[in-house]
Amino acid sequence: MREGRKALTAGKKTAVSDIAFQTVNYTLLILLMAACIYPFYYIFIYSISDSKMAMTGITLIPKGFTLVSYSKVFVIEGIGNGALISVARTVLGTALTVFVCSLFAYLMTLQQFPLRKVFYRYLIITLYFNAGLIPWYIWMRQLHLNNNFLLYILPGAVNAFYIILMKTYFEQLPKSLEESAKIDGAGYFTIYWKIIIPTSTSIIATIAVFTAVDQWNSWFDNYILVSDKKLNTLQYLLYNYITSASALSRQSGMEINRGGANAVYMTPDTVRMTITMVITFPILCVYPFLQKYFVKGIMLGAIKG
Amino acid sequence: MNKDLNLHLEPAERKRGFALPGRRATEKVQLFLLGLPILLLVFIFQYVPLLGWILAFYNYKPGIPLAKTPFVGLKFFRLLFESGGTDLINSIVNTLAFFGLNLLTSPLPVIFAILMFEVSSTRFRRFVQTIITLPHFVSWVIVFSLAFTIFSNDGLLNQILLRMNLIQEPTNLLGNSDAVWVFQTCVALWKGLGWGTIIYLAAIVGIDQELYDAAAVDGAGRFRKIMHVTVPGVAPTYVVLLILGISNILSVGMEQYLVFYNGLVADKITVLDLYLYRTGVLGIDYSYATALGMSKSLIGIVLLFLANGLAKKVRGQGIV
Repeated sequence: MREGRKALTAGKKTAVSDIAFQTVNYTLLILLMAACIYPFYYIFIYSISDSKMAMTGITLIPKGFTLVSYSKVFVIEGIGNGALISVARTVLGTALTVFVCSLFAYLMTLQQFPLRKVFYRYLIITLYFNAGLIPWYIWMRQLHLNNNFLLYILPGAVNAFYIILMKTYFEQLPKSLEESAKIDGAGYFTIYWKIIIPTSTSIIATIAVFTAVDQWNSWFDNYILVSDKKLNTLQYLLYNYITSASALSRQSGMEINRGGANAVYMTPDTVRMTITMVITFPILCVYPFLQKYFVKGIMLGAIKG
Repeated sequence: MNKDLNLHLEPAERKRGFALPGRRATEKVQLFLLGLPILLLVFIFQYVPLLGWILAFYNYKPGIPLAKTPFVGLKFFRLLFESGGTDLINSIVNTLAFFGLNLLTSPLPVIFAILMFEVSSTRFRRFVQTIITLPHFVSWVIVFSLAFTIFSNDGLLNQILLRMNLIQEPTNLLGNSDAVWVFQTCVALWKGLGWGTIIYLAAIVGIDQELYDAAAVDGAGRFRKIMHVTVPGVAPTYVVLLILGISNILSVGMEQYLVFYNGLVADKITVLDLYLYRTGVLGIDYSYATALGMSKSLIGIVLLFLANGLAKKVRGQGIV
């Protein structure tokens, strides 16, 4: 009897502390979410606010709603071209990486591949060994890849980590399809193209999106090796825009201003926020779809270095 | 009839029997040719740069062919270890500081993973996860742009503080060299916290439910379950990641510090990789920077193998 009562009071106590715990817990998580999302939100409302009104200060609600900054931002010298280059490197780079990595991953699943294990090791070693920045930099220049679009897509095309992921996936596919195609006289490339790829769309899509995000976010290669303005990416242009003297930013603002009778004035801040949003938006659209692959990706990343 | 059939089959049979090894050989050649361009890509972009390490032993100046470049042996390595300039030492100090601070914040993803696990609604948990992993997916340039928007002289924070009369003069956090260590650690935390929770959340979800049931039978409440089931459940993952992280003690990443670099904070933000970049690429001191990079790589690899050995002992399975 006494024990029963004890259990009862204990239960009440947990209920109270439970509510307290959950309150604190939810508060913390909501605060964390706010911290993660608010900077993006602020930039967003700034970019859709009227440039001059925004300068007076906004925090939660846009002032003087307008989308003019989005229609005008591409007029700024280099931005339109930068967008083009960024899209090109993302599309072509992703296509090349996915093709090369999936083909190699498939080849590495074939027992018949000569010296398969040796070549697989040869690839995996690259995960641990890295020549470092300077030798890489000099070598890229010697290959004349500086000021060359190929710099963006070729050196990173073979990714050992992606190959491991895909090889693991391909190995789980039933062999029967492959074998029947073989009997029908299909070559290895045909099997890869007509059977392996169509049956592996989920892993292919995952790798494609991860690569695309990487490509879209890249700017360091642009930063250290490319001086040709025609090859500048959006990311680099934004970085440049923020770091270079504000005089330059003002000039860009003026340029739009001079753009004609119905020109609009955009402050450097609005320009910066708009470019930031233009760069962030594609990521925002794409990354939630990756969520179910997060764990797989990160686990393999942890396991294979 | 039977004989006839046999005769009929014979040529085909023979053909297959004899042709098979030949066909296999051509098959292998074909396969190899299919893979060759990719193997070459790996060779060109991963292995050839390693040859560049030779530069560390020459007094290399761009434009002069290596054959005409004086061989200096270990001069640059001696230079590194004996008379390591103040800039080098400073950059090592900064690197270690950032590494240490990141280490201090490393339990936070574990804590948040536990908090998220305690949320009963899976939907809400997923929602939280989606939101807090966003910063991981944007580039450092974007992070810099966000930080600039909020923390610069005319940034949001200064606006708000000025409006509330909490400060009289705007302070530029991005140019404050005393604050840069802590500030950059916070920025890195902001970007990486959500992503960091994923692996721990996966580890927690993997804990045997029976352990919780058993704990409940023993009268354990929420806190006790966390302390005695969840925490021991994630601890191995945490420890292994921690140990493996040791090999990165000299490479804390570079892009973050590069985008936030400015003259005011230069002496506190220049990490080893950034120093290497500045002396090598900007200062065109190729040989010295290569020697430095090479030393760094070798130390990293030795540490990785030591760490891997240690990790093996901890969880009975290595990573490498």
